[in-house]
Amino acid sequence: MEIPYTVTPRPDSGLFNAKLGIWLFLASEVMLFGALFTTYILMRIGAPDWPHGELDVPLATVNTVVLITSSITMVMAWASLVMKDFKKYKMYIGLTFLAGVIFLIIKGFEYGHHISAGELPSSSTFLAIYFTMTGLHGLHVIGGMIVNGYFWGSGSKMWKTEPERFTNRIEVAGLYWHFVDLVWIFLFPVFYLL
Amino acid sequence: MGSNNITQTGHAVHAVDLHLHHEEQSFWRKYIFSTDHKVIGIQYGISSLLFLLFGFTLMMVMRWQLAYPGEPFPAMKFVLPFVVIGLIVILVSGFRPSLGTLVGVLLIGMGALVYFLGNGDERFPDGIMLPEYYNQLGAMHGTIMVFLGVVPLAVGAFGNYVMPLQIGAPDMAFPKLNMASYWVYFVGGIVMLYSFFIPGGSAQSGWTSYPPLSDITVPGFWGGQTFWLIGMVFLITSSLLGSVNFITTVLQLRAKGLTLMRFPFFVWAQFVTGFLLLLAFPPLEAAGVLQLMDRLAGTSFFLPSGLVVSGQIWPNSGGGNPLLWQHLFWFLAHPEVYVLILPAMGIVAEIITNNTRKPLWGYKSMVYSIIFLGFMSFIVWAHHMFLTGMGTAISSFFQTTTMIISIPSVIILSCLFISLYGGSIRFNTPMLFALAFLPMFGIGGLTGLPLGLSASDIPLHDTYYVIGHFHYVVAPGTIFALFAGIYYWFPKITGRTMNETMGKVHFWGSFVCMNVIFFPMLIQGLAGVSRRLYDGGQQYAHAQNVLYLNEVMSIGAWVMALFQLVFIINLFMSMRRGKKVESNHWEATTLDWSATSSPPIAHGNFAKLPEVYHGPYEYSLPGNGKDFAPQNEPMKA
Amino acid sequence: MEATTNIEEFKKHHVRKYIIVFVSLMGLTIVTVTVASFHLSVTTAIMVALLIAAIKGSLVASYFMHLISEKKMIFMTLILTVVFFAVLMGLPLFHHANPITIK
Repeated sequence: MEIPYTVTPRPDSGLFNAKLGIWLFLASEVMLFGALFTTYILMRIGAPDWPHGELDVPLATVNTVVLITSSITMVMAWASLVMKDFKKYKMYIGLTFLAGVIFLIIKGFEYGHHISAGELPSSSTFLAIYFTMTGLHGLHVIGGMIVNGYFWGSGSKMWKTEPERFTNRIEVAGLYWHFVDLVWIFLFPVFYLL
Repeated sequence: MGSNNITQTGHAVHAVDLHLHHEEQSFWRKYIFSTDHKVIGIQYGISSLLFLLFGFTLMMVMRWQLAYPGEPFPAMKFVLPFVVIGLIVILVSGFRPSLGTLVGVLLIGMGALVYFLGNGDERFPDGIMLPEYYNQLGAMHGTIMVFLGVVPLAVGAFGNYVMPLQIGAPDMAFPKLNMASYWVYFVGGIVMLYSFFIPGGSAQSGWTSYPPLSDITVPGFWGGQTFWLIGMVFLITSSLLGSVNFITTVLQLRAKGLTLMRFPFFVWAQFVTGFLLLLAFPPLEAAGVLQLMDRLAGTSFFLPSGLVVSGQIWPNSGGGNPLLWQHLFWFLAHPEVYVLILPAMGIVAEIITNNTRKPLWGYKSMVYSIIFLGFMSFIVWAHHMFLTGMGTAISSFFQTTTMIISIPSVIILSCLFISLYGGSIRFNTPMLFALAFLPMFGIGGLTGLPLGLSASDIPLHDTYYVIGHFHYVVAPGTIFALFAGIYYWFPKITGRTMNETMGKVHFWGSFVCMNVIFFPMLIQGLAGVSRRLYDGGQQYAHAQNVLYLNEVMSIGAWVMALFQLVFIINLFMSMRRGKKVESNHWEATTLDWSATSSPPIAHGNFAKLPEVYHGPYEYSLPGNGKDFAPQNEPMKA
Repeated sequence: MEATTNIEEFKKHHVRKYIIVFVSLMGLTIVTVTVASFHLSVTTAIMVALLIAAIKGSLVASYFMHLISEKKMIFMTLILTVVFFAVLMGLPLFHHANPITIK
């Protein structure tokens, strides 16, 4: 028997299953990063001095721009599907994936620079929480890229058979991707600017 | 019940026809990597029961050291029962490829595992247990019982199997995610078990894994604590996937007409539990990642500056905060207590109302209580931390919330008690277990009150009183409710009943033994005996008067194991030889019984999705003809 | 729901909105980086940076994630999450600020 409300919204909640599911998942992600931000605050309070300007602000600013850009390409990918323009969708989701790659390359340079300068997670609680939080965020970016890559590639075949369901899937993938962007919007000032 | 039954049999026949057309699936897709919530529920059930047995065995081994400190451990006495019972289970399952045979083989395998754990120079030089090994057993007993035993059984097994049936859903909202959830749990369990085999042995810093101790014991990747953390990350992920699925299923897939206030109480319990898992587990996942960083990358999240270990300064940057772990751990682990107890309350409510043949007394206040209970469980956690140098303002806050949270628990328990009043009670095995839950959980709850108040908690903290308290809640409380659930839903799962006589032997034996084991703990605790003592308190003057209780408790534990063997044999014998019964064996009103066959059809549960017309517990209505009104039948005017 | 609306209208309403949000996010990024170079006092700097981050975050959540027109059920879930998020942040800090005092 088919499971109801995978495509069409349930009348009383107004939601299809996956949309509620992804929001619940994001709620748990909020708590995950919430615990890490709590850690950040307690580490900062407990430290005799907290370093300023140790990290590369210009590179991180570029990365912020890259992620924000990927957010708009992601939402445009979904909007293109709503407007039944599959070619544009392919372009936008591809750009989103590319932005993820650029973000990770830049992040990789930053990490490499720190490690070669002997600034390791074990050096101070500042670097410890910096590496942990950005690392975990990086893993989330990789996870999102796997999903986006799949929907750019073989996953997009679904557009031919079940266009509405496919549009829903892109919306859900987009919600996750925007959340990853949102986390970075907070990580950026917290680590680089303060 | 006549007409109802005829239509049901009709459905069942029709269902069998449908089923036969689906029969193309391979063995692997059908039984191993199944996406059917019923199969996954059974997978969870079997795995968690085996883990419960294993966790219990660890405790039985520990209890030898507590009862007879320094005497050689008779490993064979512990191995033999596993082998014998394994053989009996294979025998009653009739030597053919079946679930029973599989479990029989697993039991014999577990005997081999116990043999491994009961011997060896790194554990038992000259047959005498090492203190480090005692710590490992204690830490793993707690972890396995809570995270691999009770939660997966209460939520993974019962939630998965029963909840979709009770709300009239064809399956969970995300079947593949459901399967992933089970297999992630499985991997987590394997990682935990594997840690016994690495050179330093498993985690040994208690199930709470407090740093700095947990950061510095057997440091590096090949320390048991690292495996514990990796295992926990898997288990937490599994719970997260499960909870997303549960909440979505309850909200999106409930049957037509099944409004929130028509939910069976069990569904409410699972729903609230879902939120607890969803929002309380991630902070522990974060804490686990931080502790992994401490152990593997040399960070100092939980290590303060100037830490001295064995006379030497520990090489790290310092600046960390050991209390942070406690905050993050208990932010999870207090709601976790309610994850353990809420499904149990749900099961007990179902069984009591069914066997008193009366509506549940105060259904609405129970529902509001359970929601409030879930909410409050997030803001009481620091009552585990009164001894951490907590100021009066913050400690008053947590004492107040702790006292407040006892109110909804009392409301629920009172409602269940009052539901009994004036009922013509059927004393079958599930009902006996459900009834025993009430006073046992009552003792557990009431002994908790002194621990929630800072002044009385200070002398009682980390004594056997605490152990007695939470075991009363979880062992004769939750586990009794889970046993009740197994006896109650067994006819649904197999179409046969379990043997009543053996069930009653199991019940009375367990009931007596549970109290023999846990009541003395309260006495020892009040005398001031600390928990986690390798010799059970022998070297302390204040413990001398209560030392004899150690042997009493140990014998209680070993005798209880014998009664669990009765349960295991009953379970597998009844699968093959149990009396065949009608689909609505207990004459219950909820959809799981009234709208499906027993067992329900694979993939879809219902021949036709049911519709709900009224509340869940309409028993003994005057003028209704029969003494129960199923939710999927309109009531006669 | 969106699938049934007119494509032109969708373009006019939504796509334009996304571009405006995108431009504001870029602008706020420049603002926050510029402000950080001003050498404000630590408290002011934290306040300003978090305020800007909060505005950016709400823009992403409201428009890219469509939270502004989302259903009640999702709001309720998120409100619950925000409450527990505040508890998780607040109470350990409260504990830190209120150590035991011995007279």
